[in-house]
Amino acid sequence: MALRTIRIFRGTAGNGTFVDYQVEVEEGNVVLDAVLKVQAQLAPDLAVRWNCKAGKCGSCSAEINGLPRLMCMTRMTLFPPDRPVTIAPLKAFPLIKDLVTDVSINYHIARQIPPLRLRPPGPDGIRRMTMDDIERAREFRQCIECFLCQNVCHVLRDHPENWALFFGPRWMVRLAELEMHPLDDDDRRNFLKEKAGVGYCNITKCCTEVCPAEIRITDNAIIPLKERVADLHYDPFRWLLDRLRGKRPIPRPEERVEKAAAS
Amino acid sequence: MAGYRVHEYDVLVVGAGGAGLRAAIAAAQEGARTAIVCKTLLGKAHTVMAEGGVAAALATVDSEDNWRVHFRDTMRGGKLINDWRMAMIHAQEAPDRVLELEEWGAVFDRTADGRILQRPFGGHRYARLAHVGDRTGLELVRTLQQKALSLGIDVFMETSIVRILKDSQRVAGALGFRRDTGELLVFRAKAVVLATGGIGKCYKVTSNSWEYTGDGQALAFWAGAELMDMEFVQFHPTGMVWPPSVRGVLVTEAVRGEGGVLLNSRGERFMFHYIPDYYRAETAETPQEADRWYHDKRNNRRPPELLPRDVVARAINAEIKAGRGSPHGGVYLDIASRRSPKEIKHLLPSMYEQFAKLADVDITKEPMEVGPTMHYMMGGIRVDPETAATSVPGLYAAGEVACGLHGANRLGGNSLSDLLVFGRRAGIYAARYANSLPQAPTFSGDEVETAANELIEPLHRADGENPFALQAELQETMQNLVGIVRTGDELKEALHKIQELKDRTKRVAAVGDVIYNPGWHMAISLGPLLVVAEAIALSALERRESRGAHTRDDYPKEDPHQASFNLVVSADLQGRPQLRKEPRPEMPQELKKILEEV
Amino acid sequence: MVGVARPHRLGFGATLRRDLWWIETIVFMVGLIVLFGYLTVSAFLDEWAFHIGPYYSPVFEPGPFMLLEDKLEKPFGPWFLSPAFVILWGPAGFRLTCYYFRKAYYRALAFSPPACAVGDLWPQYRGESRFPLTLQNLHRFFMYVALVLVWFQWANAIRSFHHPDAGWGIGLGSVILVADSALLSLYLFSCHALRHFVGGGIDCFSCSRWHRLRKRGWDLVSFLNVRHPLWAWASLASVAAADIYIRLVANGTITDLNTWTGF
Repeated sequence: MALRTIRIFRGTAGNGTFVDYQVEVEEGNVVLDAVLKVQAQLAPDLAVRWNCKAGKCGSCSAEINGLPRLMCMTRMTLFPPDRPVTIAPLKAFPLIKDLVTDVSINYHIARQIPPLRLRPPGPDGIRRMTMDDIERAREFRQCIECFLCQNVCHVLRDHPENWALFFGPRWMVRLAELEMHPLDDDDRRNFLKEKAGVGYCNITKCCTEVCPAEIRITDNAIIPLKERVADLHYDPFRWLLDRLRGKRPIPRPEERVEKAAAS
Repeated sequence: MAGYRVHEYDVLVVGAGGAGLRAAIAAAQEGARTAIVCKTLLGKAHTVMAEGGVAAALATVDSEDNWRVHFRDTMRGGKLINDWRMAMIHAQEAPDRVLELEEWGAVFDRTADGRILQRPFGGHRYARLAHVGDRTGLELVRTLQQKALSLGIDVFMETSIVRILKDSQRVAGALGFRRDTGELLVFRAKAVVLATGGIGKCYKVTSNSWEYTGDGQALAFWAGAELMDMEFVQFHPTGMVWPPSVRGVLVTEAVRGEGGVLLNSRGERFMFHYIPDYYRAETAETPQEADRWYHDKRNNRRPPELLPRDVVARAINAEIKAGRGSPHGGVYLDIASRRSPKEIKHLLPSMYEQFAKLADVDITKEPMEVGPTMHYMMGGIRVDPETAATSVPGLYAAGEVACGLHGANRLGGNSLSDLLVFGRRAGIYAARYANSLPQAPTFSGDEVETAANELIEPLHRADGENPFALQAELQETMQNLVGIVRTGDELKEALHKIQELKDRTKRVAAVGDVIYNPGWHMAISLGPLLVVAEAIALSALERRESRGAHTRDDYPKEDPHQASFNLVVSADLQGRPQLRKEPRPEMPQELKKILEEV
Repeated sequence: MVGVARPHRLGFGATLRRDLWWIETIVFMVGLIVLFGYLTVSAFLDEWAFHIGPYYSPVFEPGPFMLLEDKLEKPFGPWFLSPAFVILWGPAGFRLTCYYFRKAYYRALAFSPPACAVGDLWPQYRGESRFPLTLQNLHRFFMYVALVLVWFQWANAIRSFHHPDAGWGIGLGSVILVADSALLSLYLFSCHALRHFVGGGIDCFSCSRWHRLRKRGWDLVSFLNVRHPLWAWASLASVAAADIYIRLVANGTITDLNTWTGF
């Protein structure tokens, strides 16, 4: 047991300040324990979003001493005991109150992503995949949607106007998962370039650094997607090869929407 | 809070866990205008915590498996007090529901020939749990969530429902508020599906998140529906016990399914001393036989670590009470000496991570310390087995909030299949009911006014009781007096205490305003928490026997006569809970035969 | 959604981080400037000796023109170009468009961003979605070139065991050149574009024997790819080190430890 100072941002958009609270921290406590203690003992109206408290739901994202982390997976012992631990809300999303931000934009993006399109199953009606096939996309399905990657990505964090042009790392991971699904037969490369804005990523890897699910977002999702887009748009040899093999060019996203509307 | 907007839908689904999402998808596919309301963000529901897998007799690993065996296992696990019609529907439909998830993008572990791999689990005779490592629940929620979004279903996130609105008899909508803004929301809906999950936050040590405050059970109770089997509260045998802040966090049964064993402080594999007669014939007698079972299931019997949860939880409880526990008050769960580090990391990745990050324990090198944790509510809203309809027209319930399938004890893996099977049914029948009504019934504006005023009362009290402290007192009471092992006197004491807390709840005060105010939210949650706590204690007092998860120290034996009824709680005219015994319908011959033969 | 509410702000260097995040940025900045700077300067210094006995500096390694090596000696082409440039554009382009070095220089030289959760230097950001940065997508072509050149690198290393006058032997210089070739190979064979080329572009690994074979190649590249940054730096440093070593031996500053006698 030790008395620790927790410096929490209190307030609403444009109207708030950091407030220091002193709480007893026990052995094994994580930052969320300290915050909830503040809430139960000192500030019952302290807004904080959390759920599972075991790193599985991705609700308690915050910036702890300036770095995006899950509060429930960050041990208090990580920080020097004599200095306050600063907890701020995520920067990339509009502030609601205290540590809670409005992350709804992510769900709007999610709706725009073309869903899985499976090819027909084999004659026995069973969908067969091997572990080798699914291992790669499985990494992406570990995502707990904490949106720390969306928050830390400087494309969105420092340039809010890019939200309209770039989906962000979380949704690159989602697109990679669909693109690399062994049974999916849709081609999302034009979508990636035109709508999802994969070109906006300059692979500076902060998303990978903060990912609590330890998904190697940049190396395993975004770069492979960039390479797939390059196959289609920046590789004349492959373009020629595909033409010679008789592969048809992929319709642009707008065309597809139009086609869908027509049918 | 006077003004409010009215949103109109055919079907309103409350809760966005597995059951809620599956219900919403089914309703939308039936052509109903559907909305989901959830207390947290989409995709954070407690279903993501489900680790082991989804039980379905796909027979990809053991070709002998079929719905009859699954039905038999479920009934036996539930100590024959389950609704046999639900158990039958569940066992028959679960495989289709799993395959359907695969169509929507779920990626289950595979067998060598490319089909869905299934793992063995407590109480299931065959390897039956389709799984995705040890994060099956996350896969299920993510898949359903993506499907729901692609169907264009509206989602109201961080919104609580506090009242079901009715005309004279039928559901007419629901009243809620946005937790982030405090805005009052009124839904006009022809049908409401409750899929709010469990009641874990009645207890101090629980694997459940803060969301589990019994909202759905209470909403149904207030709306005039019935609660059943409320005495059956499942304690999962293995929760973390250290450090204190994560006490109760679940350690998946898959650890035992993959070979983990339970040891006491003397290093004994104590489960061999706790095999009930009922399961003796199918349980290994020696550690040697148990170990052989992992490789040769046909010629050996199952290890006792894989007995149903109630048995294992009581055994651990007894070992700890007898002074053979670990330093932090649990027992040891050892996988390190049974599997290679590589296998452990592959099979149980999130367990590995959870212990490394939260407890500084490397489970590939040392045993885990575990103890029982309140995990699941078998009881809940009484529903029709076919349609998931409650006794209130237009009100449906599915998932943990409903009851019947699991009887006195739920088998691991049966909850995810429950969500899918009955979530879908609730959605379909709610949509069909809604489609049969020309227009939504009307509710009275006064009712909304009264409820809305009640809602903000705690914010208007200048000073009063701290809602968090009140919840802590309730948790303490339930943990100590209505826990794993119960006695009549303690249950009476608990009821007395609950009554006192009910009175004090009227004086609870919350500081601050309506914008994302946890103190205020907690004050609102106290109502539902106390409704379910009282129903549990009342039912537990009435069932004078030990059956499944319900253990009475003063009635330690199972009483065959008490298998003839379920206990039902409903509100009397004053809104107080009243208890009655509901006789169980006779099981048809062919099902009886399955129980005897298979 | 433009602008950021308190406690955050937009702009260069804006951060709540209190750790020494700028150390990494400076280390990388210095590393990039020193190593790339040195190699660039070295490539122009063809008037200073860059080969002796069996040793050729890897910067001046004549690659496919090995057979013409006499003609590559001075005078060579326009005054400002040295023989190094006959092939140096290949490795230079490969490194400049390398997914790892992009991360390093976008962060340490372009400050976009200077570090994770630290404000971007540029008020406007279009990433790699516009010309000229779309040219980064040409990485694969440099990779193809490097795939050819790396064998000449090995030829250079093997040749270093054979003194033109004194025959076969071994010296510290040969060891350095072998180590350099090994690191360059590790760098090349862990390349993201190669990973895509070998098997990353396939959705279903198990669907044909050819795909299963490519999956094995992909596994191998993926295994090396995890340490791509390490190989990138190590091979960059080893080229510079080998160049310095051979020049120092060639101009007589130090003596090479070897089995030949005579230099």
